[in-house]
Amino acid sequence: MVAVVPSTGGQAPPAVTVKRPSRTGYILLFPGMAWLGVFFAIPFVTLFLTSLQQPIPGKSGKYKFGLEFGNYVTAFTEYWPVFLRSFVYAGIATILALCIAYPLAYFIAFRAGKWRSLMLVLVIAPSFASFLLRTYAWKTILSDEGIVTSTLNTLHLLPDGRILNTGIAVVAGLTYNFLPFMILPLYAALEKIDPRLIEAASDLYASPQTAFRKVTWPLSMPGVVAGTLLTFIPAAGDYINAELLGSTGNRMIGNAIQTNFIEFRDYPTASALSFMLMAAILVLVFTYIRRAGTEDLL
Amino acid sequence: MANNEARPVEDLHLRNLTKKFGDVAAVDDLTLTIPAGSFFALLGASGCGKTTTLRMVAGLEDPTSGTISIGDRDITGLRAFERPVNTVFQSYALFPHLDIFENVAFGLRRRGIKDVKSTVDQMLDLVELGPMARRKPTQLSGGQQQRVAVARALINRPDVLLLDEPLGALDLKLRRQMQIELKRIQTEVGTTFVHVTHDQEEAMTMADTVAVMNSGRIEQLGHPADIYELPRTVFVANFLGQSNLITGTRSANSGDDVLVQASGLTFAVPADRCFAEGSNIIVGVRPEKITILDEVDADRIPEHHNRLSGRVTDVSYTGVSTQYLVQTAWDQELIVFEQNVVVGDRSEVGDAVVIHWSPRHTFGLDGSGGTSVGMDPEVLALEAMNASLISDASEA
Repeated sequence: MVAVVPSTGGQAPPAVTVKRPSRTGYILLFPGMAWLGVFFAIPFVTLFLTSLQQPIPGKSGKYKFGLEFGNYVTAFTEYWPVFLRSFVYAGIATILALCIAYPLAYFIAFRAGKWRSLMLVLVIAPSFASFLLRTYAWKTILSDEGIVTSTLNTLHLLPDGRILNTGIAVVAGLTYNFLPFMILPLYAALEKIDPRLIEAASDLYASPQTAFRKVTWPLSMPGVVAGTLLTFIPAAGDYINAELLGSTGNRMIGNAIQTNFIEFRDYPTASALSFMLMAAILVLVFTYIRRAGTEDLL
Repeated sequence: MANNEARPVEDLHLRNLTKKFGDVAAVDDLTLTIPAGSFFALLGASGCGKTTTLRMVAGLEDPTSGTISIGDRDITGLRAFERPVNTVFQSYALFPHLDIFENVAFGLRRRGIKDVKSTVDQMLDLVELGPMARRKPTQLSGGQQQRVAVARALINRPDVLLLDEPLGALDLKLRRQMQIELKRIQTEVGTTFVHVTHDQEEAMTMADTVAVMNSGRIEQLGHPADIYELPRTVFVANFLGQSNLITGTRSANSGDDVLVQASGLTFAVPADRCFAEGSNIIVGVRPEKITILDEVDADRIPEHHNRLSGRVTDVSYTGVSTQYLVQTAWDQELIVFEQNVVVGDRSEVGDAVVIHWSPRHTFGLDGSGGTSVGMDPEVLALEAMNASLISDASEA
């Protein structure tokens, strides 16, 4: 944040001596750049080349260099419903996580008082157990004999009579697993809001609801954007939740990539899918940031 | 302003207003009427309850008991956003996500008022910020932000404008300038201004009426000059400007004067300027009311004046005046300000002098609480340090 203070006296600001860019900056950048080069740029290029390979006739699972852009067309025609499902699941999970996380983050930031640190630790605490283990736990929680399913069944709220191995279970798993990534940026954004701004809003005729809509919400926007991105991006590419909690009808794009790589050994299709996922997410994220207008916020 | 609606401005009444935080009364049974259209200052040290009082008027704090009303309308039960009162917050609380125009328009938009554009433009002209309308608050200097805060509150034409230490964040020069500016705006719009400050000079410069607050109560209320010339308590005498206070006991009355014995001397205090009930009386006089004379000129002192002899221990020349410290026979240091009218006629450190002042400038205060109530704690600490240094030096 740069505060530009216009000088009222009309005096020119003192001349800034132009410094030559120091070499230290580049030296400090080097480790990070090297890491990115080895573990991101090179695999990125390899993956792209793989996505254009052609099969060697007669040898299954063996491919040679080529410029087979048709791989993308094949992959898309075959898997577009899975893509769509991934984004729908990830989208629903993100919205659910936002709905759960916002009130919680708001409470921790403004009302928790001395319990604030403890509550933040509790938000992160589940991460001490592994992702896989927690998702297995959800398998038990949502199992057909489990208390959740039986309760909802008594109320006749489940169309299929079960939760596990349905889309509901996958979305629930995604929501749960990525919730902390929503809560923490929201908390960080809300905690920064000066409570006097809310007082100022109410002093200026804003009811509590209006004050929230016109002051708190816009000021928490950076947290909302960061939280939804941190939830949506990994959720869209996730395969563990669909693998453990869903059935074949709930497969997400992560599962398709995984089976193509590991089971079918169809590396070009798997690579093409990975690239398309990346591109789709980039496009979505850019449109989203544009629409949210957050470049402008502080 | 062009759109000056003909709405009667009404007095603000606080009746038996009390606010307790736990067992501590921040505001203690405060009853006060703030006349319509006046510039009213609540003056006091931090923690005296002035800000709490302001927040209760704004509706940001609920009183424990008592009522607040404007004219005949009781507003105690109204919530902040329902009150015809607006606040200029300490450090301004401008909305960082809105530009200057939208900050100022905020209140108008909430009330669904039409013609926002021209009203805001007029208000920005009043505070001379027209060209800044599309900037964000962080792009403005402190003084400009301050004016935005005033504009944002004032545009709603509140019955009462509350100012919570509005100039505290500005440097001295800008503060002086803004004091004049605020006074100008107040005269122009005629709204009742209630100004909370700990800066006695600021309160005296700007306000028509000053209320000095201490421990949740009002010590004294009146025109700045009246309070300064005739403080009624030791707290006010010390907090508002500087005072020389001499502890004594009541001896007799002579005509309209109360005579006070102190360290073998007798001082006359006019009965109507004496606020002590018991026999302990503190005799007070402001430093600039005292005349300092060389001992040999003592016969020039008018007959009935209060007088005492002493020795000059410090002289500081400040341009407009010279400030002397005069040590009395009982080792008290009194402050004397002398206007530099005659050049070269100054007493020196070590000179034996006589100081005198008219009984008309003397005031008598209740002496049961000591002479240091209301003094700046830092000044007191410095004095204690000096005293111990002097005693160390004399022992050595």
